[in-house]
Amino acid sequence: MSRCGIWISIFLLSELLAGGSPLAETVSDPEAVERSNNESEPWSWVTSSRQPESKAIQPDWSPEQKDNQSALADTLKIFSLDYHHVQVPFEITLWIMLASLAKIGFHLYIKLPSIVPESCLLIIVGLIMGGIIYGVNERSAPVMSTDVFFLYLLPPIVLDAGYFMPSRPFFENIGTILWYAVVGTMWNVFGIGLSLYGICQIKSFGLKDISLLHNLLFGCLIAAVDPVAVLSVFEEIHVNEQLHILVFGESLLNDAVTVVLYKLFKTFCVMSSVRVSDILVGIIKFFLVGFGGLLVGITYGIIAALTTRFTENIRVIEPLFVFLYSYLSYLTAEMFHFSGIVAIIACSMSMKRYVEANISQKSHTTIKYFMKMWSSVSETLIFIFLGVSTIGDKHEWSWPYVCFTMIFCLVWRAVGVIFLTFIVNKFRVNVVTTKDQFIIAYGGLRGAICFSLVFLLPDFPQKKLFTTATIVVIFFTVFVQGMTIKPLVELLEVKRTSQAPPTVSEQIHIRFLDHLLAGIEDICGHWGQYYWKDRFENFNNKYLNKVFIREHHLSKSSIVILYQKLEKKHAIELAEAGQLVGAPSLASLHDEQTAEVSKSPVPSEHFDNIQELLIRNLYRIRQTIPSYSRHTLPQGKNSSQAKEIFLRRQESLLKDDGVLNIVQRRSICVAGESQKKGKLARSLTVGGYGGNKNNSEHQSPKIPKSMSVTPQQPHRTEWINEEELEDLQSSNETDIYQNREDEEKNNTANKMPGPKLKLRFASQDKIENGL
Amino acid sequence: MGSSPSLPAWEIRNLVHTTGFTSEQIEILHRRFLHLTDGKPTMCRDCFDNIPDLECNPIKSRIVNAFFDRRNLGLQSNGTVDEITFENFLTILSFFQHMDENHAKEDLEYYKMEKLQFLFRMYDTNGDGKITLEELREIIDELLSKTSNTEKTSSSIADAAMMEAANICVGEMEPDQQYDGITFNDFLKIMQDIKIEAKMHVRFLNMDTTAICK
Repeated sequence: MSRCGIWISIFLLSELLAGGSPLAETVSDPEAVERSNNESEPWSWVTSSRQPESKAIQPDWSPEQKDNQSALADTLKIFSLDYHHVQVPFEITLWIMLASLAKIGFHLYIKLPSIVPESCLLIIVGLIMGGIIYGVNERSAPVMSTDVFFLYLLPPIVLDAGYFMPSRPFFENIGTILWYAVVGTMWNVFGIGLSLYGICQIKSFGLKDISLLHNLLFGCLIAAVDPVAVLSVFEEIHVNEQLHILVFGESLLNDAVTVVLYKLFKTFCVMSSVRVSDILVGIIKFFLVGFGGLLVGITYGIIAALTTRFTENIRVIEPLFVFLYSYLSYLTAEMFHFSGIVAIIACSMSMKRYVEANISQKSHTTIKYFMKMWSSVSETLIFIFLGVSTIGDKHEWSWPYVCFTMIFCLVWRAVGVIFLTFIVNKFRVNVVTTKDQFIIAYGGLRGAICFSLVFLLPDFPQKKLFTTATIVVIFFTVFVQGMTIKPLVELLEVKRTSQAPPTVSEQIHIRFLDHLLAGIEDICGHWGQYYWKDRFENFNNKYLNKVFIREHHLSKSSIVILYQKLEKKHAIELAEAGQLVGAPSLASLHDEQTAEVSKSPVPSEHFDNIQELLIRNLYRIRQTIPSYSRHTLPQGKNSSQAKEIFLRRQESLLKDDGVLNIVQRRSICVAGESQKKGKLARSLTVGGYGGNKNNSEHQSPKIPKSMSVTPQQPHRTEWINEEELEDLQSSNETDIYQNREDEEKNNTANKMPGPKLKLRFASQDKIENGL
Repeated sequence: MGSSPSLPAWEIRNLVHTTGFTSEQIEILHRRFLHLTDGKPTMCRDCFDNIPDLECNPIKSRIVNAFFDRRNLGLQSNGTVDEITFENFLTILSFFQHMDENHAKEDLEYYKMEKLQFLFRMYDTNGDGKITLEELREIIDELLSKTSNTEKTSSSIADAAMMEAANICVGEMEPDQQYDGITFNDFLKIMQDIKIEAKMHVRFLNMDTTAICK
């Protein structure tokens, strides 16, 4: 039922959109109608209908409408329809709605997305839509204009890619990526262009009129691997990280080369003669485009990082800065004819680290979800428009040209990848294997960027031929290659990503290795990769962090970040699993830290009182613990243990930023929850001690003493989180509450106030002794 | 940098044979060795203080200790030596060579084990064959010492890491069962996914020691 509903609504929407255009046309001026038929101003019903809106104010209406108006002016209408007024935003929204409903529709059929990638399905929907519109209007469908594509649809996708780009594999493979992107693209361009020119020379094909420059221009736009298509296909096949980053990085960075070559050849096409100096200018332009984009991006990234340093009091608009600055960097780069994609990637990668340290948790979530949403909508719209634009009368079919284009694309890509990899493997330690090479070659999908570039071409006789050829190549790569790449990956047994969740120990080992290798490089006197990385990190810690990151948010090691992230994640899982009753939400807790300063602080003299209070009213728990797994909830235990885990987690959250005042936390705790929970400790007997009784002598009997920094007891460690207390304590700066464990005794399950406080190293005997 | 006495050819051949470096690399490393030791034939711990960049390294002492660790040098006993010769220097550095795919599978396996052993010994400072919670905590302390963190953070992270290790290695434990520490086999299990041995190499190619004369 729901499936039918979705498809019916999609159908109705398409009718509306198809029918809507003529509706708009009838009330707009005749020039707009003409413009819409002109290919070089596609989607003109968007642009043209904007003008009638302003013109509608002016007395430019046709006479009969004036009569109507005067006639109507005497009577007051109860109900009137003014579609014209809202036409543009209305239709835009309908298109987006169509795209999103289509996506829902696909996922209702569970098996379908696993066989056919989403991009293909969306193109099919676009084709159907285009067919409907063509059938209704007998005219070409509104085509996605290149401006709309490049200015509105492409940036969100690239921003999403850049912001969430895993920087470590990216920078480790940057040399290879640049090698493929720059040299590979140029190889493809000249290869395809020249061989197509050779084909054109053959008389029997009747293509003699396509000049060399035109062929090169065509080769230029067809050679570029498209990030949108690559992203949408590769994110479903989950190949190993290195391979993914190679293909994806190449598709993003080849934009610089494509932009330069395209503009260059376009200019050459209209110039009367091409001199050698022009070619040199072209080469210089290439460097300018690349580095210019990089510079613009980094500049905006730095400004964004600085801005977020001061957004402490206006958290709500923090996410906006990320988007604004990135988009500005894109537009600025496009303004100077630099590479916008490189700019936006440089901007997002450079600001990410500092912005994430400065913004609140909520803003972080907002950014993440908005980006994903926008990029998803953009991608969907792009594919649908691709389908819609195919239907029309802009095509000219030529069997030899189209077929040879396709063949050459595949052949040159494959040869290029093999040749380039052969060279680059001499410099790489982790070589790119044959299987990897195959996937790289096969994953060179063309997509919407080629399509838009074709529309940007100046009008010359062969443009229709080029359009057709481009569309065929795009369809082939997206459909055939997109659908078959997943079975091929499985067939060839390409290494896939390990689906294991990240662990803290992994991070520790990676970090340790970083430092170790940097140290060895120092000892050898070798300025290698780790050496420079180390130096940058030191520089970052010393200077950059102080400039960009807010004062109390000191720099954290990635180990700590990961640890806190895992803790939060687990706590959220527990909360969602409904194990907790009445616990305050984490997000609100986390954010309230600054707001709660106004609550009454607990002066230090009350400290002892609280201590006793806590000791008396502690929630005792059972001690049993089998191995505790972070990733799986204990099965069949009582919920109190889950609560324990959660509270322990909350502790570590509150420990964030290192300088939090205990007062704030306590007040949060008091304010935040209705039910008081005790601190709980789970004892993981790591180390020599199994039983409890025999340890009592070794532990400090006095409770306040044990509240001090936990003696590094070599054994009996328990899962503990302690907060640090900066201002209250004089001696040891750590304020540790105690916790009791009780195996055999009954729980005097009293709740204590201010629960999320510490858990600590303790054995029950110590507690007993302390009492 | 004064004139550096070069090694006699037979010695170079010997070293090529034992350590697996090429003769060119050995010469470069020999120059570096002499630079660090100020011309003396053996290296002591103080020589490492000459390297300014190493000072910023949080795990500097561990690295230096690794050079003097008897087990790494192939000697049977535990403990450390006080001075190392050039051959010892090369032996330690050979742990960081890259083993490409051309070698036989058993060789690759052997080298992988060697590298992991080296790494394990760096973690396990007292040499009892287990990485205990204490040692883990110390490691984390050192790693986090450059950024602002407190002891409590590192101890809780150490606990988390130990629990993960216990989870991977032992699975469900009885209430009274203890997990003493990470043994080498456990270590192998943990490292299985990370493939650290693939990353644990330094390229000994383009070293220009003259540029770093201080």
